[in-house]
Amino acid sequence: MAEEQMLSDMQFDVLREIGNIGSGHAATALAKMLDMKIDIKVPQAVVCDFNYLVQMVGGEEKLVIGILLQLSDDVEGMMMFIMDLPSTYVLLRKLMFSDLKDEEYLNDMHMSALQEIGNIITGAYLSSLSDLTKLKINASVPYLSIDMAAAILSVPAIEFGKLGDKAVMIETEFDLDETQELNGYFLLIPTMDSYSKIMTSLGL
Amino acid sequence: MGKMIKIGMADLSVCLPPDSITTLGLGSCIGCVLYDPVTKVSGMVHVMLPDSTKIRNNENIAKFADTGVQALFDDVIAAGASKSRLIAKIAGGAQMFAFKTDNEMLKVGERNAEGVIKKLNELKVPIKAQDTGGHLGRTIEFNPENGELLIKSVGVPPYTI
Repeated sequence: MAEEQMLSDMQFDVLREIGNIGSGHAATALAKMLDMKIDIKVPQAVVCDFNYLVQMVGGEEKLVIGILLQLSDDVEGMMMFIMDLPSTYVLLRKLMFSDLKDEEYLNDMHMSALQEIGNIITGAYLSSLSDLTKLKINASVPYLSIDMAAAILSVPAIEFGKLGDKAVMIETEFDLDETQELNGYFLLIPTMDSYSKIMTSLGL
Repeated sequence: MGKMIKIGMADLSVCLPPDSITTLGLGSCIGCVLYDPVTKVSGMVHVMLPDSTKIRNNENIAKFADTGVQALFDDVIAAGASKSRLIAKIAGGAQMFAFKTDNEMLKVGERNAEGVIKKLNELKVPIKAQDTGGHLGRTIEFNPENGELLIKSVGVPPYTI
């Protein structure tokens, strides 16, 4: 597998399905944390090249928040969750900072809450991956960055770049209530070796 | 006013006045500009990885520092730049996530800058200006009319190098 140059359609389908299941679990975790009903739209999984990835998130210079975890143990690589800023503020208000205004400066408390949100969402995603594959996955503490979408995405794009010119991204829309929705994007970036472990454990 | 040529990740283009050339939201990638101040022939490449020889799937030459800078060099020479007058300006290579780590995977910004500098040294192109590293993404715009590279980051006033 380390010799493999490009991922096949079949393998992309597998990543896509893992993404669908994972983001479903993530929505459930989010609903529990916020103690409210959350509707989830059917996640859109796309296989696309890097530049299109950036367009999906809203354009190169759009401000987004990226939450990145390093994976170790049986599966090595990274996992990233991306949200746009309006969604981030909605989430923070729901969680504990009910008087936070849009575009208000995010202090350490807010950042730490976001880190915890990232931890729970990605943790749910990764544990469903772990259940599916029976592989041990250990995640680092989450790292946060708020910057231009293209700059944030350059980190996973570079990792995917070692495998080929395309990436799998899962777009998930959570409906918090009638008026507010939250758009989130998951990227799972296993190393080449880990990728083959995932495939093998799924019998491919 | 010319148009603004926009290049994406793993992309390159030659640029002649009155046009300008830009790449948006550089993170750990590097934007490298080559420029002949006399003929004003210029070009930009947006590379993602330092070394094509370490990667099997390396057909996309603009993706790598070694092959990308070489391809841009060949293109600007073909477009009328002089080898002896060429200068370079580079920007990008940020570490977007502030890890306390020695994990190679996350230091790719630094590696990318080293890869581009190594290639420029090989080609004997002097680096006139460099703005690499840090933790912020950068949008860069090069104007071949005056040779200035404008850099914009979030929360910082724009500056030129």
